[in-house]
Amino acid sequence: MSDFTDFKWSDANAVEAERIIGRYPKGRENSAIMPLLWLAQYQVAAQTGVAWLPLPVIEFVAAQIGMPKIRALEVATFYTMYNLKPVGRFHVQVCGTTPCMLRGSDDVLRACADKGLKKGEVTNDGLFTLTEVECLGACANAPMVQVNDDNYEDLTYETMTAILDDLIAGRTPKAGSQIGRTASCPEGGPTSLKEIA
Amino acid sequence: MPKVTVDGIEVEVPAGATVMQACEAAGKEIPRFCYHERLSIAGNCRMCLVQVSPGPPKPQASCALPASEGQTILTDSPMVKKAREGVMEFLLINHPLDCPICDQGGECDLQDQAMAYGRGGSRFDENKRAVTEKNMGPLIKTVMTRCIHCTRCVRFTEEVAGTNEIGALYRGENMQITSFLEQAVSSELSGNVIDLCPVGALTSKPTAFHYRPWELKRNDGIDVMDAVGASITVHSRTAEVIRVTPRLNDDVNEEWVADTGRFAVDGLKERRLDRPWVRVNGELKPASWGQAFEAVKKALAGVDAGEVAALAGDLAAVEDLVAAKDLLTGLGVTRLESRTDGAAYEGPAAHWRFNTGIAALETADLILLVGCDPKLDAPLVNSRILKAVRRKGAQVFRIGAGTEPAYPITDLGNDLALLAKLPADLAEKLAKAERPALLIGSRNASAEVLAAAHALAGQFVKDGWNGFNILHTAAARVGALTTGWVGEGLDALAHNPPKLLFLLGVDEVALAPFGGATKIYIGSHGDRGAAVADIILPGAAWAEKPGTWVNMEGRVQRSLRATFPPGEAREDWTIFRALADVLGIKLGYDNLDQLRARMAAEWPELGREGLTPAAWEAAKLKAGKPAGPSKPRATDFYSSNPILRASPTMRACVAEILEGRVPQLEAAE
Repeated sequence: MSDFTDFKWSDANAVEAERIIGRYPKGRENSAIMPLLWLAQYQVAAQTGVAWLPLPVIEFVAAQIGMPKIRALEVATFYTMYNLKPVGRFHVQVCGTTPCMLRGSDDVLRACADKGLKKGEVTNDGLFTLTEVECLGACANAPMVQVNDDNYEDLTYETMTAILDDLIAGRTPKAGSQIGRTASCPEGGPTSLKEIA
Repeated sequence: MPKVTVDGIEVEVPAGATVMQACEAAGKEIPRFCYHERLSIAGNCRMCLVQVSPGPPKPQASCALPASEGQTILTDSPMVKKAREGVMEFLLINHPLDCPICDQGGECDLQDQAMAYGRGGSRFDENKRAVTEKNMGPLIKTVMTRCIHCTRCVRFTEEVAGTNEIGALYRGENMQITSFLEQAVSSELSGNVIDLCPVGALTSKPTAFHYRPWELKRNDGIDVMDAVGASITVHSRTAEVIRVTPRLNDDVNEEWVADTGRFAVDGLKERRLDRPWVRVNGELKPASWGQAFEAVKKALAGVDAGEVAALAGDLAAVEDLVAAKDLLTGLGVTRLESRTDGAAYEGPAAHWRFNTGIAALETADLILLVGCDPKLDAPLVNSRILKAVRRKGAQVFRIGAGTEPAYPITDLGNDLALLAKLPADLAEKLAKAERPALLIGSRNASAEVLAAAHALAGQFVKDGWNGFNILHTAAARVGALTTGWVGEGLDALAHNPPKLLFLLGVDEVALAPFGGATKIYIGSHGDRGAAVADIILPGAAWAEKPGTWVNMEGRVQRSLRATFPPGEAREDWTIFRALADVLGIKLGYDNLDQLRARMAAEWPELGREGLTPAAWEAAKLKAGKPAGPSKPRATDFYSSNPILRASPTMRACVAEILEGRVPQLEAAE
């Protein structure tokens, strides 16, 4: 498994892959490339602890839906959600787009830097990769980061440090707003339609 | 039929035409990079912006906008001028200013359009981006910093070559054009991306830094490396053919040419026969023309006319074949043969031509390949099949072995017996098909295969549609068959070997059965034929003589002389003319015009360029049932004739593309 040339779907994922391909009309199986690559990245993560897409895995997925290898590679290189290089166990994606920046993403990045995370690099313990990304669509709760599948919102230097400490210690930090908001409800409870809420 | 107004000129364009086509119909030039009329529309270079009303109040990309009734289009307004200047400035932001060392210089779309539509300066003072070179194999040189991401090359390999080898990785400013893992591009049509590239990102590797386009003399020619007969322009400088580019010919090659035709021109300089040779005591010795002709005369003196035979090679021009035939007929020789691959077709022209026509093949709805491999035998025919499959949904079936083509194919098995007894599924589809085409590989056109094919012909030949085709690989073959180079067949000739054998550039035939014969080789390259010859008369290669070639459809095409033959070599027909004097035979012509008049007198279709369709004649051939596997190609794609074998570029292709050997890097000069 070291070079991934013998990559195969796990039993559960083989079923899931067939289900995904089945969503598209016959002859349009190529449309399944994105969910399949995503599934493959999860499987690699489950098997090796690192979520990324080695080239043989991309070739495997392309072959399954009869897509030319180069077309699959085009998709995988176009979208930043596919990691073409190994990342750390936790892929810390800090949003640096304007709303988050105005609400203090620089502090979040500073918290990361103080824990030894460098942009685009895997930390020496293999735990973290830091990436500054563009808008992840949670502007109402800015600033935010996405770590693997979870969003952490309404961050400050301190809460970000706490989250990283939790991750280092093997605990699971609470996902979502760090100041107790439900989704993007107003801070401190509803301000209108109080009787309904 | 929408009517639109372009700069005050009213034009009517066909429904579905784009605004760009409407502008062209009105005689307006629209600059463009990504748009190419034979590729799908990408609309990503933005150079073709025009002002269109009604519509949004901003410039529109004319290549991707359908023309509709009542549009007013401005191609010359201040808005359009400003838009073009802006787009050009953006395109040049990351384009290096290395025109003086760029091979595209002088024929560069970006250079020309920057002159015509640019603003003459840039306001960009950041660093330009640089992109690493990508390996695309021995034919395509890349300087990817020059790339403007028009994606013509990507669309070409997907849509025309069908191999999907080039892609655009990453996105935005980081976008890079590359092949998968930087493997060599293996398509037989790969060289065309060099012509398609509007800038100097993809250029020709074999001729890198060799020439400037304005130094070259251009001559119209015909590609003879396969039997498609692609129209080409031969670019030469002094006595050397530098490069070949395709010439527009919608009936044959559209605007493509196979890599063999494009890149094998360096084979014209290697291994040439530049003087006559005569074998004395088992060893070839240089001789003068006089001595060689005397040797021929001496060899002929001792034998009966019935013991003399002649074989026509794959590259001979019709002029050479007619002059040789006239000379040999004058001697009383009748054993002439051109079907050196063992084919058995004969009789009316429709029985050995590609009757459907290369262009019409793309309208076929069912294609049955028998013992042929169009991808290698005729890449441009293969690209038409790809079109038939992609656009018309044609189904392709194959009897015999072959390479993996670029389209889905139903392999029926490698047993020619299947032709006599078609599988039920195919028979059913064939009965329903409106335009079915049968392609029989010339090398597998044995008497048995042809008999079975003719038995099926009723289903392939219909009113206004002739689907019976022989897929030839030899450029000379149809011309030779037209001029009567049909004899007893190669096998019969080998069983009753002649004592004297004329070889007109014959290098693809096992000559062992003719070991006892005195062999006179007339040809251009020191290859297999010359190695065993007793007398060698050096002839001209295709670029060195004005010649007529008849392609597999029966299309008569003329090629002009680009350079002169080396040393003492002469145009082949003049060799026979001179030999006729030595042998005391009168041919009746002293120059090319007279020879061509003589050709036209006997075979009127050879009198003018173009296609004279052959009428179909149903025939019942007497032969056994075909059986056994099909005969594979004798050589790989890059080695099928002496010019290709002599070409260093083609050798590099074999090493790198077929054998996967990494080329040795040369030290920088």
